[in-house]
Amino acid sequence: MTEKRRRWGKLTPYLFIAPNFIGFIIFILIPVIYSLVVSFTDFNIFKGFGAATFIGLRNYSNMFLDPGFLHSLKNNLMYAAVTIPSMMGLALLIAPVLNKNVYFSKLLRAMFFLPYITSIVAIAAIWKMIFNPSQGILNQILFSLGFQKVPGWIGDLKWALPSIMIVGIWIGLGYNVVVYMSGLQGISTELYESARIDGANGGQIFRYVTIPLLQSTTFFLLITNVINSFQVFGTVNILTGGGPGNATEVLAHYMYINGFKFNKMGYASAQGWFLLLLIFAITLFQWRMQKKYEETM
Amino acid sequence: MKTKLIIRKLILSIIMLVLALLVVYPFVLMFTSSFKPLNEIYQYPPKLWSENASLINYKKVLFEQNPPFWKYVNNTMIVTLISVAGTIITASLGGYAFAKMKFKGRDALFLLYLATMMVPFQALMVPQFLLFKTLGIFNTLGALIFPRLFTPLGTFLMRQYFTDIPNEIIEAGEIDGASEFKIFRALVFPLAKPAAATVVILNFVWRWNDYEAPLIFISSKNLYTLTVGLTNFIDDAGMAAENMVMSGAVIATIPILIIYIMGQKYIIEGMTAGSVKG
Repeated sequence: MTEKRRRWGKLTPYLFIAPNFIGFIIFILIPVIYSLVVSFTDFNIFKGFGAATFIGLRNYSNMFLDPGFLHSLKNNLMYAAVTIPSMMGLALLIAPVLNKNVYFSKLLRAMFFLPYITSIVAIAAIWKMIFNPSQGILNQILFSLGFQKVPGWIGDLKWALPSIMIVGIWIGLGYNVVVYMSGLQGISTELYESARIDGANGGQIFRYVTIPLLQSTTFFLLITNVINSFQVFGTVNILTGGGPGNATEVLAHYMYINGFKFNKMGYASAQGWFLLLLIFAITLFQWRMQKKYEETM
Repeated sequence: MKTKLIIRKLILSIIMLVLALLVVYPFVLMFTSSFKPLNEIYQYPPKLWSENASLINYKKVLFEQNPPFWKYVNNTMIVTLISVAGTIITASLGGYAFAKMKFKGRDALFLLYLATMMVPFQALMVPQFLLFKTLGIFNTLGALIFPRLFTPLGTFLMRQYFTDIPNEIIEAGEIDGASEFKIFRALVFPLAKPAAATVVILNFVWRWNDYEAPLIFISSKNLYTLTVGLTNFIDDAGMAAENMVMSGAVIATIPILIIYIMGQKYIIEGMTAGSVKG
């Protein structure tokens, strides 16, 4: 190695990292820290930084006294409690069938996955039509089945959140199916065969072989779904705007409204940090548990 | 026994096909409605094809709105293509350094990258908004491009792939006296094409579909991307032009659909990458 080369050698890795790292510092690291600073102030975009005063943790303590915030949090939890078991339950039934027992498995998988990669705005536009209370296909079907009283879906105080949940399940199902399918590919066929030789039927094999062996996949999906559910935004913003009333208000949307409609940027930043810490805690928990799995396996 | 198995497979296939069609049906509705006149889109039972089907909705949406949708398409293309090009360059350079070079602070830095993959957009939107105002790029396409010229996830995916490439290849290049960059460009990067394809395709999908960033960082209608332009159109035209809204939705969906058909494997495997390593 020549002298020149060695001198450059020390610098080269940094040159390779630099384009990446500069962007990282400017657009992620500085904003994350900046947001923490702003979250301790009553910053308002119209008054500017000069007028902002340091108010300590008040934005954080206000959060838990703010009925709007607590209501959003409750909606998020309900959204998670309904959508996640539905998606995972359906996916758990669909994935083993798609994996082995069907023709055109790849095509079917692609069909289930399609909503997951489609623009949320296009999705909202379609579902707005489907949910149309008097003419939409959903209520037309209900009418033709003889129902007299049908839900008003996204405009209905009682049905608005369930409507958002339906769209959420529809979007996320394919992702859950695909992840379960890749989890299943890790299970050796010998296990199934020996279970069959032992006289187990399909239901028993599902219950005693498939489900236990998919445990770590299930755990991964659960965590991912929880994190995603806390970030639901597009469907709410386009379909209901959090309404009617605040029936579909969720954290991500509530933050957006606070920051960019009410200009309470300090408060919005505090909520952003709350979400960040929540996701961080969930992920740490996941790492911990995963290590445990690996040790017991 | 054999025929029984075939029949079983056939029945299961049909059940799954029905379910899959149910999932895809909203897209069928979107596609067919986009060609229909307004008074036919809520016909029940819905007809797959109308005798009055035409491209007039597309013409009106693309050229006769203010601003016309072709502008949104144009803005979305610019943002998507530049971001994706930037991201693959920064991600492969950075990923290579993380995978194959030794330098001080490498592992700590990589951990920091991993940690930031968790940061939700909601925690970044306010400070980025303020930052872009200060930098003077608020309400320019730059606000959508610059922050996306690099992605922690892209860097991560490239690093994973580079790690598996044998060191002998790099050593062979060193013996021949090639520079580090030449080794990277001529010897290593060509081997990482599958990973690069994944990064490119995933980022194309994400940038094309991005909704939150343009919603917050763009205020002039002329600079709207398709997602925000379409939202704006839904709010403005609403019920009076739902067939045209559907044409807009199709326009926003078609490029993704094409990419999906061509690179299904990369998309599905890339998006579920974290799941398999357990």
